[in-house]
Amino acid sequence: MSPELRERIEKTLGAGRIVLFMKGSKNFPQCGFSAQVVSILRRKNVEFVDVNILADPDLRQGLKEYSNWPTFPQLYVDGKLVGGCDIVTGLEETGELDQILASA
Amino acid sequence: MMEPEEVRARLLAAFPDADIDIVDLTGTRDHYQARIVSDAFEGKAPLEQHQLVYRALGEAMNGPIHALALKTYTRATWAKVQSAKGGAR
Repeated sequence: MSPELRERIEKTLGAGRIVLFMKGSKNFPQCGFSAQVVSILRRKNVEFVDVNILADPDLRQGLKEYSNWPTFPQLYVDGKLVGGCDIVTGLEETGELDQILASA
Repeated sequence: MMEPEEVRARLLAAFPDADIDIVDLTGTRDHYQARIVSDAFEGKAPLEQHQLVYRALGEAMNGPIHALALKTYTRATWAKVQSAKGGAR
């Protein structure tokens, strides 16, 4: 991955504490898995930045390498990958998601 | 797309001890659900467990497989999940 792309990813991750890279936008998700994570975050009443990776092929490819994670959505908290739809859903079921979202 | 047998073979190559259950969610051989029970996941967070699976599938995740719903368990956690459900299915 080029240093420029890595820098751009890190800058995007710095746009908010909670960043969701997804297909579509939070108001118009274009994939059921992305929609599911949006609806979980909405229920939590937390502010989050949504980034539509369908609109940015370089970012989409770069993120796969950046986190060794080949699919979207990807949820990041404080710059760290929390996981995709299955993991976020699992963390919500066990109650761990609240701690993760609340951690500074 | 990729045949379910091929997905299973790749997973078994990476996790020789695994019990693997693969479901073709859409009948189009590119949207799968996989349940993998292996002690290779012992001591690893769910995030790392899924990363191991993605690594095992490699390039297959970058085109042939469009979506993969994943559940990963160690033998111990799988036994716990099963008993919580009140027995085997």
